[in-house]
Parts: sequence; C-alpha cells; structure tokens
Amino acid sequence: MANDKVITADKLTKRFGDFVAVDRISFEVNKGEIFGFLGANGAGKTTAMRMLCGLSMPTSGEASVAGFDVYKENEKIKKNIGYMSQKFSLYDDLTVKENMRFYGGIYGMSNKFIKEKTAFILEYLHLQSEADKLVKSLPLGWKQKLAFSVAIFHEPGIVFLDEPTGGVDPVTRREFWNMIYNASDTGITIFVTTHYMDEAEYCNRVSIMVDGRIDALDTPAALKKTYEAASMDEVFLKLARKAKRSAD
Amino acid sequence: MFILLGMPIVQIIIFGFALTNEVKNAKIAVLDNSKDEASLSLISQIDASRYFELEKNLHSYTEIETEFRRGKIKLALVIPQHFAEDIQHLHKTQVQLIADASDPNVANTLTNYAASVIMDYQKRITNDKKLPYTIDTELRMLYNPQLKGAYNFVPGVMAMVLLLVCTMMTAITIVKEKEMGTMEVMLVSPMKPQMIVLAKAVPYLVLSAVNIASILLLSVFVLEVPINGSLVLLVFESILFTLVSLSLGLLISSGAESQQTAMFISLIALFLPTIMLSGFMFPIENMPLPLRVISNIVPAKWYYSIVKSVMIKGTGLYVIWKETLILFGMMIFFLTLAIKKFKIRLA
Repeated sequence: MANDKVITADKLTKRFGDFVAVDRISFEVNKGEIFGFLGANGAGKTTAMRMLCGLSMPTSGEASVAGFDVYKENEKIKKNIGYMSQKFSLYDDLTVKENMRFYGGIYGMSNKFIKEKTAFILEYLHLQSEADKLVKSLPLGWKQKLAFSVAIFHEPGIVFLDEPTGGVDPVTRREFWNMIYNASDTGITIFVTTHYMDEAEYCNRVSIMVDGRIDALDTPAALKKTYEAASMDEVFLKLARKAKRSAD
Repeated sequence: MFILLGMPIVQIIIFGFALTNEVKNAKIAVLDNSKDEASLSLISQIDASRYFELEKNLHSYTEIETEFRRGKIKLALVIPQHFAEDIQHLHKTQVQLIADASDPNVANTLTNYAASVIMDYQKRITNDKKLPYTIDTELRMLYNPQLKGAYNFVPGVMAMVLLLVCTMMTAITIVKEKEMGTMEVMLVSPMKPQMIVLAKAVPYLVLSAVNIASILLLSVFVLEVPINGSLVLLVFESILFTLVSLSLGLLISSGAESQQTAMFISLIALFLPTIMLSGFMFPIENMPLPLRVISNIVPAKWYYSIVKSVMIKGTGLYVIWKETLILFGMMIFFLTLAIKKFKIRLA
C-alpha cells in the first residue's frame, strides 16, 4: 500500500564537486517502522539524512517524505518531521521548561498544548524537579532524552535521529531505546543513524551504507543470515571492509 | 600564520606613511573683496604652498557658509576691501581665516599653516621698506569655536559602537548557534531561514537604538555637543548604518565556522579599518591614493561624515544624499550576499 510508505528514495544522489557523497540510494520506510541507517564515518549517512530533512538539496534522484517531494515541498516536510542532530541541540542557557516552550513555539503550537505537553514530558522523564534548572546542569544522558522528547514535541509523523546515543553509557542507551520503542508504538516512524551495532539489532530494518551506496537493506535477522554472521557487528565489518573511502 | 607575519608589516606601513596628522593640499576658498595686486599675490602664494589647494574664488559671505556645509573646503580666507591700499598707506591690514572646526585638530593645523604663509608674505613685501607692514589674522572657528575634541569623537564613537554591537554581536550569536547545533534544528523546523536571521538581528537593532540614544543624550547634556541638524535625519541615518552593520554581521556569520573566527574577522576586517580609515583619527585627505580608495569601502567613513554634517554642521539631506545612497547600496549588497551564502550553505 502506497500510503504506508512514509519515506521513499529513488536513486537519490548528492555530489559536492567531484565527490559523490551519496550515490544513487533507493529505499522505502514504512509507517511506524524503526529504520536503522548504518554506515562508517564518512559513508554519507548524515548527508542522506540532511537531504530527507530538507536541509540539503539533492543533486539528482527522487525522494519524498511524509508524502511530500523533497525538491518542491520541503516546507511541508519540515512541518511533519522532528529532528535530533548529532550535536546536542538544546539551548544550554535556557531551562528545561524554556527549551520546550521555545521549540513548541517554533512549531507554532498553542500555549495550551505546550503547557500540557511540557507537563506530560516532565512526568514521563521524571524531570519535574529539574524543570526550572538550566539544561547545561543536566547529565548528558538526560539531556539526550530531553532532546528526543523535544524532537517529537510537536507530534510529527516521522522523527530523524542523527547518532542520538553518541557518548552515553549503555544503561542510558537502553533507556533511550525504550523511549524510541514507546514513540514507535504511538505510530511515529523512526529514522535513526547509529554507530552501535547492538542498537542495529533493535531496529525493524537496517540499511548499511558503504562509500555513499546502500550495500545491504533488510531486517537484522535476514542480514545475519545472508552474510552468515553471528551478529550485526560481523555483518557490518564484512561490508565495511570493502570501503575504499577512508573515514574522516 | 599569514596574519601573524603580515599584520606587523601592514601596520607599520600604514602607520608610518599613511596616517599622519600633517595636512597636505587642504582645500581652501578665498573671498577676495579687494582684487588688487597685493591680494592676488597673497592668494597665489597660498595656492603655491604645498599645504593648500585653491578650490574656489568666492563672491560673498553667504557662499562661505554654503561651501563649508557641503564639506568642500576646510579653510576660507577673507581679504578685506582696499587690501593693497591699506598696506601701502596704513602699513597695516587684517585678513580673516575661517576654519571648519568640526575636526578641531585639522582646523588648528590649517590655521597655523595659513598664518605662517601670511607671515612669509608679510616678510617678503616688507623686505626693503623702512616701516614694517603688518597683516593681522583674525581666526574664526566655525561650528566649534572652543575647539572641543568631543565634536570630533562623538560621531566617531557612534560609528564604532554601532559597528561593534551590531556586526560583532550578530556574527557571534549566529555562529554560536551553528557551533551548538541549535541552528540546524531551527533550520529543520518550519521557520523560514529569513525569519531566523531576522529574529537574530532584531535584538541588536533595538540595543543599538538604545545606544544611539544614550550617546546622543550624553553628548548633548554632558559634553555640550549640539545637534545642529535634524534629529530625525540623524536617527534615520543611524538606523541605516545599523542595518549596514547588521548585514555585515550576517555576512561574517555565514562564512565563519567558530565564534573565535567570527570575532577575529570582525576585529581585523572592521574595527581596525574603522579606526584608521574612517577619518575619525586621521584625516583621509592626506592618505596616499591606495588607502583613500580603500577607505571608500569602509562603511564607517560615510556614516562618520554624515553624522558630522548633520550633528555639527547642521546640514540637511541635500548635502549628504550621496553618502546616504552609498550606505544604502552597501546594505543591499551585504544583505544579498549574506542571504545568498546562507542559501548556498543549505543547498
């Protein structure tokens, strides 16, 4: 069913001069799916993601997000997605509450909605006592959970997470993934890039990018079978070794 | 590295050769009420000196005022009627020197030069006479009779403060958002990039408005520098200059990747030229041609001359329309470039 495909990409390409950062990638993401987007550093993950978010114009190829064309309708796309960048992206010098009010405001949410949603998130994250503290005083793990909550604050259909769990401990990562699952249960499609292969196992389907191309795309179980590997780690290593491009 | 090695060389050359308080070829106008042999010979002696360049022969007192307002001349010499006769018969006469004292230093230097040229002339004609001739010079400092330094530095400080607040702070805050990653999140949001940029610029516009107000209040009530021209025009020009500075800040922010770079560019590319090449510290007229050409792209130069004209000389838009137009052009130019670069970054 066409309606169930919330993201489609067809031979999507991005060139920077002679350098082909993303080389004719094609894939589809279903509604409510947790789609893992893996690849070594410099494989083109972030560039691909930026094109889907409307931050970067593709050089060629087709893509649509939430039913909108990335070339012509990127303003509409922006309304329907949430985004969490690999850089931690809340305002350090605002409080937890102020950050939520700010992002709610950017997305044009009503005051009432912002108030209710803020209360809900604070309770969900057990952050009520920290609500009026500056974000910079929070531990990294909490900041990241908060950033994720803020990314889905306006209840988008799709959320893009760019290496959301970089630098946090395994326990927090586990908790973070629980949040992702909860969000996914409410019907939000999750598009996540990651380095951690154990996280790849949590995804419904994963694609692995090597040198700007998607070399493999399937469920973790099927991939392990195809590449005769015991873990996603092995699958990844087998694919990544073929890479000619050095990590940068 | 280039900056470390190049800066001292550039600075020593600039300071050594270009930036002197010495005045050469200052434009002078003469109102010769006598038009006789003696007055013509005095005028030609002044014109011949390397300090002065005869810009215009005037015909009436009112013309002097107009020329000064236009900023065409720095000094005017008034020779009384019967100049030659007085010298011949009375052995004594008087000339008047009127200087544009909105820049007190230059006015001082120029009147001294002129007085010494007149002294030379007096010596020359006295040469073989028994009774010495005396030519008295009467000085009049236009716009700033007390030769207050404040008349000069208030416009300069205004230019500098606006440039610092607007350019540097806008550049730094936008680059800070880039560094923190919040810029990216904003760009992903449905907000239009133009809106984000606008939202970043507005606080500094307001801040500069407050700054302008406080500088003007202080200079009027504490330093007793008058606002001779229209306040509305002055405020309008200041806002225009603020917009130029803001667009420059945006341009810098779209090029710089870190806060340090943004700050460094603002300082090197703006602050130094503003101090050295705006005419605030050193008169531009005396700089070598290359520097004079460069000074034309320093926005503060135009703003400084506008503020001086409006505030001190009390001129209206009819005199400063060219400067205003240049600032306006600069604003459009920087803004288009900034927006273009901003878009390229997105593409």
